[in-house]
Amino acid sequence: MTTKAANTTENGLCRNCGADIPARARRCDSCSSPRTIFHPELRTLSIAHLDCDAFYASVEKRDDPSLRDKPVIVGGGRRGVVSAACYIARIKGVHSAMPMFKALKLCPDATVIRPDMDKYVRVGRQIRELMREVSPLVEPLSVDEAFLDLSGTERLHRASPAVALIRLTNRIEREIGVTASVGLSYNKFLAKLASDLDKPRGFAIIGEAEALEFLDSQPVSRIWGVGKALRRKLTSDGLHTIGQLRSVDEKRLITRYGSMGNRLARFSRGEDSRKVTPHSLPKNVSNETTFFEDIADPAELSRRLWPLCEKVSGRMKARDLSGRTVTLKLKTSKFQTLTRSQALPDPTQLAETLFRTAEVLVTRAIDGAPKGSAFRLIGVGLSNLSDGQEADPPDLADPDAAHRKRIEQVMDEVRGKLGSDAISKGRGLKPGTRNANS
Amino acid sequence: MKLTIERATLLKALAHVQSVVERRNTIPILANVLLDGQEGALTLTATDMDLAITETVPAEIGQAGATTAPAHTLYDIVRKLPDGAQVEIETDASAAQLLIRAGRSKFNLATLPVEDFPTMSGGDLPNTFSLEAEELRTLVDRTRFAVSTEETRYYLNGIYLHAAEDEGINMLRAVATDGHRLARVQLSMPSGGEGMPGVIVPRKAIGELRKLIDETTDPVEISMSDTRIRMTFDDAVLTSKLIDGTFPDYERVIPTGNDKVLSVDRGTFAQAVDRVSTISSEKSRAIKLAVGNGLLTLSATSAENGSATEELEVSFAHDLIEIGFNSRYLLDITAQIESDGAEFVFADASSPTIVRDGGDMSALYVLMPMRV
Repeated sequence: MTTKAANTTENGLCRNCGADIPARARRCDSCSSPRTIFHPELRTLSIAHLDCDAFYASVEKRDDPSLRDKPVIVGGGRRGVVSAACYIARIKGVHSAMPMFKALKLCPDATVIRPDMDKYVRVGRQIRELMREVSPLVEPLSVDEAFLDLSGTERLHRASPAVALIRLTNRIEREIGVTASVGLSYNKFLAKLASDLDKPRGFAIIGEAEALEFLDSQPVSRIWGVGKALRRKLTSDGLHTIGQLRSVDEKRLITRYGSMGNRLARFSRGEDSRKVTPHSLPKNVSNETTFFEDIADPAELSRRLWPLCEKVSGRMKARDLSGRTVTLKLKTSKFQTLTRSQALPDPTQLAETLFRTAEVLVTRAIDGAPKGSAFRLIGVGLSNLSDGQEADPPDLADPDAAHRKRIEQVMDEVRGKLGSDAISKGRGLKPGTRNANS
Repeated sequence: MKLTIERATLLKALAHVQSVVERRNTIPILANVLLDGQEGALTLTATDMDLAITETVPAEIGQAGATTAPAHTLYDIVRKLPDGAQVEIETDASAAQLLIRAGRSKFNLATLPVEDFPTMSGGDLPNTFSLEAEELRTLVDRTRFAVSTEETRYYLNGIYLHAAEDEGINMLRAVATDGHRLARVQLSMPSGGEGMPGVIVPRKAIGELRKLIDETTDPVEISMSDTRIRMTFDDAVLTSKLIDGTFPDYERVIPTGNDKVLSVDRGTFAQAVDRVSTISSEKSRAIKLAVGNGLLTLSATSAENGSATEELEVSFAHDLIEIGFNSRYLLDITAQIESDGAEFVFADASSPTIVRDGGDMSALYVLMPMRV
């Protein structure tokens, strides 16, 4: 129905060279490749989801060819779970998010590699650049997957979206050295489902004609936004498949499941009006903590601020984001909330820059509180977000900025290898406490 | 006080001093200009407590005396008087009103006592030297575009004037930066300036100073301490507080290893940048330079507008380099380059680039590339 083996009554495409193939042909005339795809809507669908196959593991295999035919698990480090497993390891039943000890029990001969996020982000960026050459409408979902809207690009590529996508995945294989799978459909929801159907190195299509038939048997958890809790609720209401969901009246779904009900109804009918938006960045990234005992001392507040800055910065780095506005929040013991914000000259993702800016705001916020206030909560956040590539450019007015950035990168590398407690800055500590403990 | 003055003379003097006065003032006396008529001359003074300009112009004094009146109102009145008018200005007996008469027009303005007008004491200004107006103009024009408006880094909100040594010669240097670009201009240290402190002259003072330079050809006398600067023109004196901060150690950000020299014709280059940047997005103003094989290709793309390219023949003897810049910064710098040729000295696509003014080594610009 959907994949390469499907409808062979239509003209198809060669997934190796992108050439047209007559109906029912088993191989491509031009390059004799057997990798073909046939679908009646092949030339009209334009919303795609592209997902790299076992991305972290593939990157590691690319960088160390001796691992090519061996099971590779990327993971461990802080939480001791599998971040990615190559397809060889998956045969043994290893999958991501599985605890490492369990994975190694299933696949004892696996090579375990600690994740090198910096590297994956770098490779992910290169892939994203290639995607952007195909269409400006690229909406990244993570380092290695994105939605692409190729509507109206036929004249630019002198080819249909399907051909442009075939060329793109081939180019990713050739230039980056990892494989990717594509799902092509008429909206984001179905494109994402499709990309999962033919992995790895796949190309799957869900057309308008067969969308409902396909959805009928899919579990409700396939719907974006249906997590554990909602799935349990739906199951207890007797709704297991998307087909069952469609048979329920939309009004009933809304009464029962609130605003989510509307989405359930629409998705069950294969409708998804969400656009592919290139910059669907979060509005802000922040972190806060409530103290056991209220704090009035500014120095102590600064000490509590530092780990929060590190957390926010860590999340910014992991999601490849940068932010230009620093916001500090304090809550007094009488539950009065004070916030102070400061715009930076350039976007940052560094804990150091965040802390230096937020520390000044602590003083300003205290000035705004009633005299003698003690505080029960402190929070810090970054907003006005943009791409991580714009973070912390060299600053002609701050000769030490590059040095501070380098220090933080080195600290991040050490932590990536040895765990988050391996190295830290002195400011997170209370004077005298460290030695007493260690 | 009673005096008669030519409208044009008064207008010019008022134009200089009134721009010091902030439009919105919480302290009423700061909205006023001090008028002091003595011995054939009228002296006008305005201040915002950080900056003061005093200008003396010839006037026919009937009765010596002084008062203060709202600067902007007075300026608007004089501006609207007919060309060539003789303006009579006098205070009434109680000195509470200022009477202005020209032809058949008559105005009464409320005054405030002279004693309330703040004086900006020059204090002791131990370092004094003088510069040709043209030299001062060069220092200011070639650096002021790079002055930052960022409030948190207030020490960047002015031009850093200081003594420096270049190849054994004492120099007077002006430097400004906003973090993205830096301008450094120098000339031989005038006599008397050797022991000067490094001072940051605030942006507002620079703006007013620039207007005064345009109207003089005589040398300007500059005196300073480490908190104040005074510039004396033929009939005007500008006194300003200095920015109390430390200018960054800019020498460390000026690259020394850049070796890929691109020479362009300044005019042709600036026009091409201007044309291609029409397409650049309003936010980033980014433009890409690709240089190699004797050809410079300028290009810009934006999701909203489309794309543009333009090619220039250039001399460049290195491997292809692709580098992006903010087009406005490129135009700001090329506008200050006085010779026909501009030189870009690159290291790579992500490192600061040096821009030189043809053979003129007195000016040096540093420009941060941007991602394109």
